[in-house]
Amino acid sequence: MEKSSIIEINNLVKKFPVGGGFFTALDNINLSISKGEFTGIVGPSGSGKTTLLNILGSLDVPSEGEAIVLGNPISTLSHKQAAQLRNGHIGFIFQTYNLLPVYTVYENVEFPLLLLKMPAKEREQAVLEAIEWVGLNDKIKSKPAQLSGGESQRVAIARAMVKKPEIVLADEPTANLDSENSHHILRTMEHLNSELSTTFIFATHDEKVMSYLKRIIRLEDGKVAKDDWKEVKEVAS
Amino acid sequence: MMSIKLALRNLLGAGLRTWLNVIVLSFSYVIIIWYQGLIDGWNVQARRDMIAWEIAQGQFWHEGYDPFDPFTLEDSHAKIPEKLTSENVAPILITQGTIYPEGRIQGVILKGIAQDQQILRLPTDLLVKENGEIPVLIGKRMATNNKLNEGDYLTLRWRDSNGTFDATEVRIAGIFKTDVPSVDKGHIWLSLQDLQQMTQSEGEATMIVSGSESLSGMDMPGWEYKSLDFLLADLDQIIKQKSVGGSIMYILLLLLAMLAIFDTQILSIFRRQKEIGTFIALGMTRKQVVRLFTIEGGMNSVLAALVGAVYGVPLLIWQNNAGYAMPYNTDDIGIAISEVIYPSYSFGLILGTIIIVMVTATIVSYMPARKIAKMNPTDAIKGKIQ
Repeated sequence: MEKSSIIEINNLVKKFPVGGGFFTALDNINLSISKGEFTGIVGPSGSGKTTLLNILGSLDVPSEGEAIVLGNPISTLSHKQAAQLRNGHIGFIFQTYNLLPVYTVYENVEFPLLLLKMPAKEREQAVLEAIEWVGLNDKIKSKPAQLSGGESQRVAIARAMVKKPEIVLADEPTANLDSENSHHILRTMEHLNSELSTTFIFATHDEKVMSYLKRIIRLEDGKVAKDDWKEVKEVAS
Repeated sequence: MMSIKLALRNLLGAGLRTWLNVIVLSFSYVIIIWYQGLIDGWNVQARRDMIAWEIAQGQFWHEGYDPFDPFTLEDSHAKIPEKLTSENVAPILITQGTIYPEGRIQGVILKGIAQDQQILRLPTDLLVKENGEIPVLIGKRMATNNKLNEGDYLTLRWRDSNGTFDATEVRIAGIFKTDVPSVDKGHIWLSLQDLQQMTQSEGEATMIVSGSESLSGMDMPGWEYKSLDFLLADLDQIIKQKSVGGSIMYILLLLLAMLAIFDTQILSIFRRQKEIGTFIALGMTRKQVVRLFTIEGGMNSVLAALVGAVYGVPLLIWQNNAGYAMPYNTDDIGIAISEVIYPSYSFGLILGTIIIVMVTATIVSYMPARKIAKMNPTDAIKGKIQ
């Protein structure tokens, strides 16, 4: 059965002003990503991975072409609509975790639900469930400064997953982690992907991440150089 | 509601940074209220002392009397109206004289007041005649300036109602201390009876000080009623000018407090860029972020009011009871200044200060927070300084 497409990218171009001219970060990208995919956008530094992820997360807009996420054309969204899209449907995982430093683990995970104005009881249940997914029940009252890198990233995953979004965008999620922690969080995400059918899109050049991916889209100089499922099997094996 | 909850969480979570800011801001509250209270207390004391020592509840002036023109004194006296001979009035006869302390010549104002009067705080009961000597009272400033002491004899020269010069020795029966220089400097107080005899103006006075406002409605030909408002107009003018100075101090203190908040907010924007980017990535609108930061800044002033109350209330109560000792040389400024000023903290002053600081803090917080709206979220997430 063919899965429904939740992201459509058509002739997408992204240019940044540099000096007197423009630098083309993404050049004529065409992609379609379906629900439940565990996909990686890979490539060397400067290939446009993060830029593409930012556009998919409605944090940035295309210069030309179109990116349609969950039926929303990104370039036509107002700030408020973009925020609503992120709030309701997209989870972010960052390379540097980006946890809110003055909040506890519980409060960090709870934050997206506060924005969704979820009732307190329901919210508490969801937060505890998300913290359990990532196995940090014993760190619930800790602050980010008291956590290891692996633990911090697991909190970030819980925060991204707590609202059960359709899409999770993970930008180099293992870049600051050792091998053991990397595998731990990747297994966690893989599990959540299969359990909740959440679409995971990674921007990475970490071989460990690639071994878990079901689809790899390779970017080179802002263009899609390869997009295939076959490569996954080769790498994974 | 969510913004308030998050702002409080951010502030309390920031720990020492918040408390340092709050404590600095609380100093502003306490100092502003203390300073304004002191000024108000000074004003209240000045009014109270002037009423007690000089003007009472109003005065009837002889129609020719002009306190700023000594030449009017010669003719500005008349028989005390019968209507104004009650115990609730104190007639005063005023004329010019000359004294010769240590061989120098000095012009003085001679004021005769009933020895048994109860209207003004002057210690007129000391004006008891002994051995035919004329007892007089002088103020401490007058005594200090002329090196005069209690019991000293002084040569006094004056002109009677016919313009004839006369002179006698008078004895300093008492030296009084007052916060009102206008009854002290250059003044010699005698009993009304003595001065009337000396000037051959029996039964006459220049002004009649009233101990009750109820006499204000009395119509007496040749006499003009001067109300409390009229008599305090000069002092009110001084207070008004002092208030302008006080307001400048108030604004300076407020500006210092606001600078602290503004500085903290600006610093927050740079330090918390990543946090702001994360807020936006997690679904906050830019407007919500601005609101959050504005409330955070405003909430600083709420916490500061609470912290200020903890140490400020006992401190201000203590100051209110103990008073504030004025430096010695303030005695010569020329307006009524007590040795100890007791601050006056009105409800309006406290509430007004709290509201002004809160509103200003919120506005000052909004200004840098507005900058956040212009921040590129993708750069903010990475913490790139913009």
